Amino acid sequence: MAPAETYPAVTDVDEPVDVHSAVAEHAVEIATARKDILRIATAGSVDDGKSTLIGRLLYDSKAIFEDQYEAVARASKGDHVDLALLTDGLRAEREQGITIDVAYRYFATPRRTFILGDTPGHVQYTRNMVTGASTADLAIVLVDARKGMVEQSRRHAFLASLLRVPHLVVAVNKMDLVDWSEQTFDAIADEFSAFAAKLSVPDLTVVPISALHGDNVVTHSPNTPWYEGPTLLHHLEHVHVASDRNLTDARFPVQYVVRPQTEAHHDYRGYAGTVASGVFRPGDEVQVLPSGLTTTVAGIDGPRGPVEEAFPPMSVTLRLDDDLDVSRGDLVCKPENAPTATQDLDALVCWMADEPLRPRQRIAVKHTTRTVRAMVKELAYRLDVNTLHRDREATELGLNDIGRVRLRATQPLFVDDYIRNRVTGRFILVDEATNATVGAGMLTPAG
Amino acid sequence: MTTPDYRLSQLETLEAESIHVIREVAAELERPVLLFSGGKDSIVMLELARKAFAPARIPFPVMHVDTGLNFPDVLEFRDKRVAELGVQLIVASVPDAIARGLVKEEPNGSRNRIQTPVLLDAVEEHGFTALFGGARRDEDKARAKERVFSFRDEFGQWDPKNQRPELWDLYNGRIHLGESIRVFPLSNWTELDIWQYIAREQIAIPPLYLAQEREVVERHGMLYAVNEFIRPKDGEQPFRATVRYRTVGDANLTAAVRSEATTVEEVIAEIAVTRMTERGATRGDDKVSDAAMEDRKKEGYF
Repeated sequence: MAPAETYPAVTDVDEPVDVHSAVAEHAVEIATARKDILRIATAGSVDDGKSTLIGRLLYDSKAIFEDQYEAVARASKGDHVDLALLTDGLRAEREQGITIDVAYRYFATPRRTFILGDTPGHVQYTRNMVTGASTADLAIVLVDARKGMVEQSRRHAFLASLLRVPHLVVAVNKMDLVDWSEQTFDAIADEFSAFAAKLSVPDLTVVPISALHGDNVVTHSPNTPWYEGPTLLHHLEHVHVASDRNLTDARFPVQYVVRPQTEAHHDYRGYAGTVASGVFRPGDEVQVLPSGLTTTVAGIDGPRGPVEEAFPPMSVTLRLDDDLDVSRGDLVCKPENAPTATQDLDALVCWMADEPLRPRQRIAVKHTTRTVRAMVKELAYRLDVNTLHRDREATELGLNDIGRVRLRATQPLFVDDYIRNRVTGRFILVDEATNATVGAGMLTPAG
Repeated sequence: MTTPDYRLSQLETLEAESIHVIREVAAELERPVLLFSGGKDSIVMLELARKAFAPARIPFPVMHVDTGLNFPDVLEFRDKRVAELGVQLIVASVPDAIARGLVKEEPNGSRNRIQTPVLLDAVEEHGFTALFGGARRDEDKARAKERVFSFRDEFGQWDPKNQRPELWDLYNGRIHLGESIRVFPLSNWTELDIWQYIAREQIAIPPLYLAQEREVVERHGMLYAVNEFIRPKDGEQPFRATVRYRTVGDANLTAAVRSEATTVEEVIAEIAVTRMTERGATRGDDKVSDAAMEDRKKEGYF
C-alpha cells in the first residue's frame, strides 16, 4: 500500500479548527453542496478485497476520521495500515469468527452522499445480500482478477438482478497481481456481460482496480493506459439514477390519517404517506382503493407546508375534496391507471427462517401499508441461485432458498409487478407465532 | 417547491425517510414514546415528529432519562420546546432511582450505565411498546449494524446475532407482551446532515452548541468546562478558552472543543473539517474500550 497520507490534526486541544485553509474549503464545499443520495450494496468475502475496497473508498473520500484511522493503524499487523480493519465489525463477530449482517457506511463527495450497505459473503449470504440490495440503487460485485468469475460472483449478480438493482458494477480487483493485463480484464468483462445479458441487468459497468493500491478507485491509474472508462468513484458520482424511479404510475399507500380535531384545524383531514410512484398534484382526479370512489386532490402538504407536486420518495399528506372513508392500508391512484386488486399473489420469495416454508402454511403478508393473512397455496419451483435451475420437485423452501410461490390472501392487495414498480411489487412475510420476518417477496407475472 | 428533474436533495430524502418511519410506528405500535434529551439529535428527531403529524399534535409523549447531571441550559431548552409543542414530558429520574435503591452510584461517578435500568423501569411502568431514539449509524460500529426497527426482548436487550431482516421500507413492528421496539429514525443521518438540517430549517438549539468563552481544565487530552459537576483536580490549572460542545451528555463527562463558531453555519464549517469523530472527541465514557457501546447496547442502552 502507498504510504498513508496524513490529515492535518485539526482537533488538537491546543488549536481551534482553521476553516480557511484549502483542505477546509474543500471539506466545507462537500458538506454544504446540494447533493442527492446513492445507495450502494456491496457483497463478497474478505478474500475478494471487499473490505479493503470499502476502506479505500472511505479513506480516499476522506470519510475516515483521524481517531478511527489511528485505531486501525494500531491494530494493523506489519508495515501497512490495513484499511480492511476499518470495516471490522462487532466484538461478538470477531470472537466467533462470524459476520453478522449488513453494516452501513456513509461517505460523501461534493456531488453525492453515499449510503453503502456492506454485506458479508459466506454465512447467510442470500438473506444478507437480499436485505442489502433491497434498497440499493447500485450493486458492486467484486471479482478477483486471478480467479475470474466464480460461483459467488454469479450469485451476487443474480441476487442484484432479482432485486432489480438498476445499476451493476463489476470491480475486477487485484489487477496488480495479473500484471495489469488488458486481456485478462477483457476476458472477465466479456464473460460477465454475457451472463448479465441473461439476467436482463439494465446497466453494467466493469472497472479494473487495485483496492490495495488505489488504482482506478478514485484516480485514474497509470498502470491501465488501455482502460478508458471511469474510475469507480467517478462512476458512483455520475451514474444517472433519477430515471430509475417510476414516475408514471401514481400510487400512494395511505399510511396514517391526520385529524388534528383542534379549533384552528377543525375540518382538517389529511392522508399521510410516502409516494410510492408517479406524481400527484393538487387538482388531480384520483381514485381510492378498495372503495373505488373518485375525488380530487384538494391540496398536498409537505414538511414545509403546501407543495405543488409530490413524487417518490416524498412523505406528504394528501387532502381530498370529498369526505370519503379512507384509512391506513387504502391506496390512492389515478382512475385510468390503477394497480391490480388481487388476493392471489404470485411471487419469487426469498426465505429467511430456519423453519422451512411449505404449502398450506399460514403467514402474514405486509405489502405497502397493508397487512393481511395468507396461505401458501403452491410452491411452483425452487431456484438454484448458482445454476438458475428450477427444481419443480421441491416441496419446501429452506433458509436462504429462493422459489416461486403462490399465496392466497384473505383480502385483496393492490399490486404491480416488481419489475415495473419496486414499491407496490414487494412484500415481506411475517411468522404470526414468532413475529419474525421470515421472507421477502417480489411479485412476478404468473407463468 | 418545483423540482423539474424529480430529485430530492440528501436532506429532503433523509427527512422523508425519517417521517415515514415515525408515521409507521404511530400507525402500528400501541404506545410509542420519543426519547428527548435536549441534545441536537433528539431535537431534530422531535422536529421530524412534529412535521410527520402537522397540523395535528405529535400523538405520543416524550421522555427524558434525567441523570441529574445535566447542563442547566439543556434542561431549560427541553422544557421550553416541550411546552411549545404541547406534548407530554415524562421524566425518568436517575437520582430518584438511586434514592429508591433501584440502582447504585458507580465509583467513577458515571451514570451512563445505571441509566439503563431507570429507562427500562419507566418503559415498564408506562407500558411503552416503541421507543424512538436519536442514534445514528455513523456514530459507532455497533450502531452501524443496528436496524431502524430494533427488536428488544422483555429485558430490553439487543441481540446482534438475531436481528430481524429489514427489507425495503417494510418495517416489522410486531411484538409480544413485554417486548418492545427501539426505533431509530435518524439511522442514515450523519453528524453533518444533522447540522445542515438545523441550519436549513432554522431549528433552535441550546446555546451550549455555539462557541463561548469558558473556564476549562485539560483532562486526558480533552477540555472540560468548570461547572457544578467538574471541579479542577490537584495539578489541573483552570484557564479561559473559547469552546463549544459537539455532543451534550452528562455535564461531568462531556468535554468541549476549541471553537470560534458562534453560528450554526460556522459550526458546519468546523465539523466539515474536523477529522475526529464526535464521540472520540468528546465522550469520556466511550474511551473505556473498543466495544463499550456494543456492551451497553446489549444491556438495553440506546
